[in-house]
Amino acid sequence: MSVLDSKIPAGPLKDKWSNHKAHIGVVSPANKKKLDIIVVGTGLAGGSAAASLAELGYNVTAFCYQDSPRRAHSIAAQGGINAAKNYTNDNDSVFRLFYETIKGGDYRAREANVYRLAEVSNSIIDQCVAQGVPFAREYGGMLANRSFGGALVSRTFYARGQTGQQLLLGAYGALNRQINAGKVKMYNRHEVLDIVVIDGKARGVIARNLVTGQIERYGAHAVVLATGGYGNVFFLSTNAMGCNGSAAWQAYKRGAMFGNPCFVQIHPTCIPVHGDQQSKLTLMSESLRNDGRVWVPKKLEDAKALQAGTKTANDIPDEDRDFYLERRYPSFGNLVPRDVASRAAKERCDAGYGVNNTGKAVFLDFKYAIEQLGRETIEKRYGNLFQMYQKITDVDPYNYPMMIYPAIHYSMGGLWVDYNLMTTIPGLYAIGECNFSDHGANRLGASALMQGLADGYFILPYTIGDYLAKEIQTPKINTNAKEFDEAEKHVTDRLRKLYDIKGTKSPDHFHKELGHVMWEYIGMARDAEGLKKAIELIAGIKKDFYKDLRVTGEFNAMNNELEKAARVADFLELAELMAHDALDRNESCGGHLRTESMTEEGEAKRDDEHYRYVAVWEYKGENQAPEMHKEPLEFENVQLTQRSYK
Amino acid sequence: MADKILKELTLKIWRQKDAKSKGEFKTYKVHNISTGTSFLEMLDILNEQLVEQNEEPVAFDHDCREGICGTCSLFVDGRAHGPDDDVTTCQLHMRRFQDGATITIEPWRCGAFPVIKDLIVDRKAYDKILQAGGYVSVGTGGVPDGNAIPIPNDKAEEAMDAAACIGCGACAATCKNSSAMLFVAAKVSQLALLPQGKVEAARRAKAMVAKMDELGFGNCTNTGACEMECPKSISIEHIARLNREFLKAKFKD
Repeated sequence: MSVLDSKIPAGPLKDKWSNHKAHIGVVSPANKKKLDIIVVGTGLAGGSAAASLAELGYNVTAFCYQDSPRRAHSIAAQGGINAAKNYTNDNDSVFRLFYETIKGGDYRAREANVYRLAEVSNSIIDQCVAQGVPFAREYGGMLANRSFGGALVSRTFYARGQTGQQLLLGAYGALNRQINAGKVKMYNRHEVLDIVVIDGKARGVIARNLVTGQIERYGAHAVVLATGGYGNVFFLSTNAMGCNGSAAWQAYKRGAMFGNPCFVQIHPTCIPVHGDQQSKLTLMSESLRNDGRVWVPKKLEDAKALQAGTKTANDIPDEDRDFYLERRYPSFGNLVPRDVASRAAKERCDAGYGVNNTGKAVFLDFKYAIEQLGRETIEKRYGNLFQMYQKITDVDPYNYPMMIYPAIHYSMGGLWVDYNLMTTIPGLYAIGECNFSDHGANRLGASALMQGLADGYFILPYTIGDYLAKEIQTPKINTNAKEFDEAEKHVTDRLRKLYDIKGTKSPDHFHKELGHVMWEYIGMARDAEGLKKAIELIAGIKKDFYKDLRVTGEFNAMNNELEKAARVADFLELAELMAHDALDRNESCGGHLRTESMTEEGEAKRDDEHYRYVAVWEYKGENQAPEMHKEPLEFENVQLTQRSYK
Repeated sequence: MADKILKELTLKIWRQKDAKSKGEFKTYKVHNISTGTSFLEMLDILNEQLVEQNEEPVAFDHDCREGICGTCSLFVDGRAHGPDDDVTTCQLHMRRFQDGATITIEPWRCGAFPVIKDLIVDRKAYDKILQAGGYVSVGTGGVPDGNAIPIPNDKAEEAMDAAACIGCGACAATCKNSSAMLFVAAKVSQLALLPQGKVEAARRAKAMVAKMDELGFGNCTNTGACEMECPKSISIEHIARLNREFLKAKFKD
């Protein structure tokens, strides 16, 4: 083997991270001042990394496509952040958090990375409290916890239903402090469209100034991608409209390999699609499953009546309600992991028991919790989520059960990184959702915030020093180098090519077409035949796209259509890779269900004998098949079992 | 509850090529809009239509489309975030409009938020105010255990009320004086309520108010319009707390 060196430190699991830190290189304060780092993206991972690196003394240049770093999509995370504090005395520990995360990810993540994540989780809570993040408190003044899916303990810290917002604003505050100190140069409304590689090392980026349309060059001794996930390849997802995979995809084309692209998470509790004018889907936090009970009618005729609008939920008595999660999974009930809950909803709806006019929705009912705990308690726990639901649907969830359906939410796959979070391009790092590393085939709720902040506050600031310690002799990167010329020309040519097609259809048109194919064939259930068909269909859309795309507006000016066109062009290529990866993995694991690999009871069946690896894809050039490398996954500290939540 | 179809709507939309050009209202029509459609989805439909006609779509800011990122703006029929309470523009739905209506859509009108293009404005001024001191000066690492600082439940809740600000700019855009007081107060108040933030409360209040003045925002005359239009219902009681913090800081000088 091979091109992949995961650099997992030797020694017992619990000592790996401390041993590693003790042996890696450190840059002296005097030398840090001479080193430049680019951070792309300012969400939880990028924002916390940029601030922490600047505090250490590095010169940081940060980019975001939004009009302010505070608007990165981490802001929309609702429910909470996990940590192994064991404040609730319910037998939590670093090991338990590690174990549940590995198990939740269906044994497709690295033990060493996940253990480290659990290990630093507690420091994150301390850090955020010190920043003034207003976490929920008990009456005695101590931090409050709630439960989340896939966990047997209550370890989720939260700030109402706006935990992501509050954590991001904490990181944004830290970032602002460094901007004020002159240690971070912040570029808002800039989109990074290529990575510049010189002598095999990442040395800069090419960015488009989204206000002027200018293509700009930036050099640095190391580049950090914190650009989030690629869920928008499905067009409809819970991601923000601007979320995209372009920087990561261009990094892939420059030599950074891509890990497990087919692993995307479908979140069970989103507001259902209302019609073909829909632009995005809204998540309803997993925390709602603490108190909401999921059900559909037991009788098909009741479902038909609900679909036709001749009956309402309140017409169906308790004994005719099928609380299918409680029925199928008595030990975890409504709090099974996301992939399990999503599939169970789809199974009921496919069988005809859906509860809205499209037949694609199930109930999430708070009637029972309100009866038990009172409306006030429920209002306090979920008030803002209920308000959000009511504004969108015009239905009051205090009086009528919510209707929910699964939607694309998160990408576990991403750029492959080693234990130091470095990609296969030396000097190029990927952190947060942008990398593949910690969640295996399924992410547990409240773990994305944990991973983003772990990477940005407590892991990258250490591991990047190991690389930069060898770069202290490297002078400032010259952005007039021929590699910058080439990369800038590459970006300009690519945009020009899209702009000059002068066809008849908007970027959104193709994006929606792609989304339909993705959802149909690379969505919640996949099979070889469908995946092969998807590859053909995507190739067809791509052909039409390059023939019939219309980009209106001016080339060298603010142009939202051109931005979208470039993102869709990358999504079309990424979609193909996802299909190939899904086709290769003929097992069901986590969010990836192959209908060929199921138990007789209809549960997902993992195949450890053949697929206990990370699929790592290498770009081989335009119109060439990518090459797959395998990083075998070793499990020394957990027993591999078929996941059961029964 | 069931969605209806709005057969025709007339849209009067502010179009402006760039910061230097003069803008004007242009009139468009859209047809067959479902009342379950969001306001921004209605604008998406208009934009698709414009692309079909080979015209440049209307540029507007938006991102999360679930009311939390604070990117969307827009004056709709003279109200920041449109004719509904406690929502951002992206949460506004077409059920708030009648069939046949004429809807006027403008960018934020506030000197400190210059128009970049069409309905998009530059809100960097809000970033700059926070950069001046809207944080607790604590670096990564070396902090006490999260439970080492007990915080009374009601203080944490009140701080959270203030911290809910999304920085959209509706307050300053609505204020007849273009004052950013509610925005500044939300952050000052959040941090002044918490023991972690108390340490540098005086310095923070002074620095942020000075930056706000420098950037050309107007004075607060307590009209309360900001509170009315705030999509997150941030109370002007926080402005009172800001004033107290500011005065305390001045007395210390």
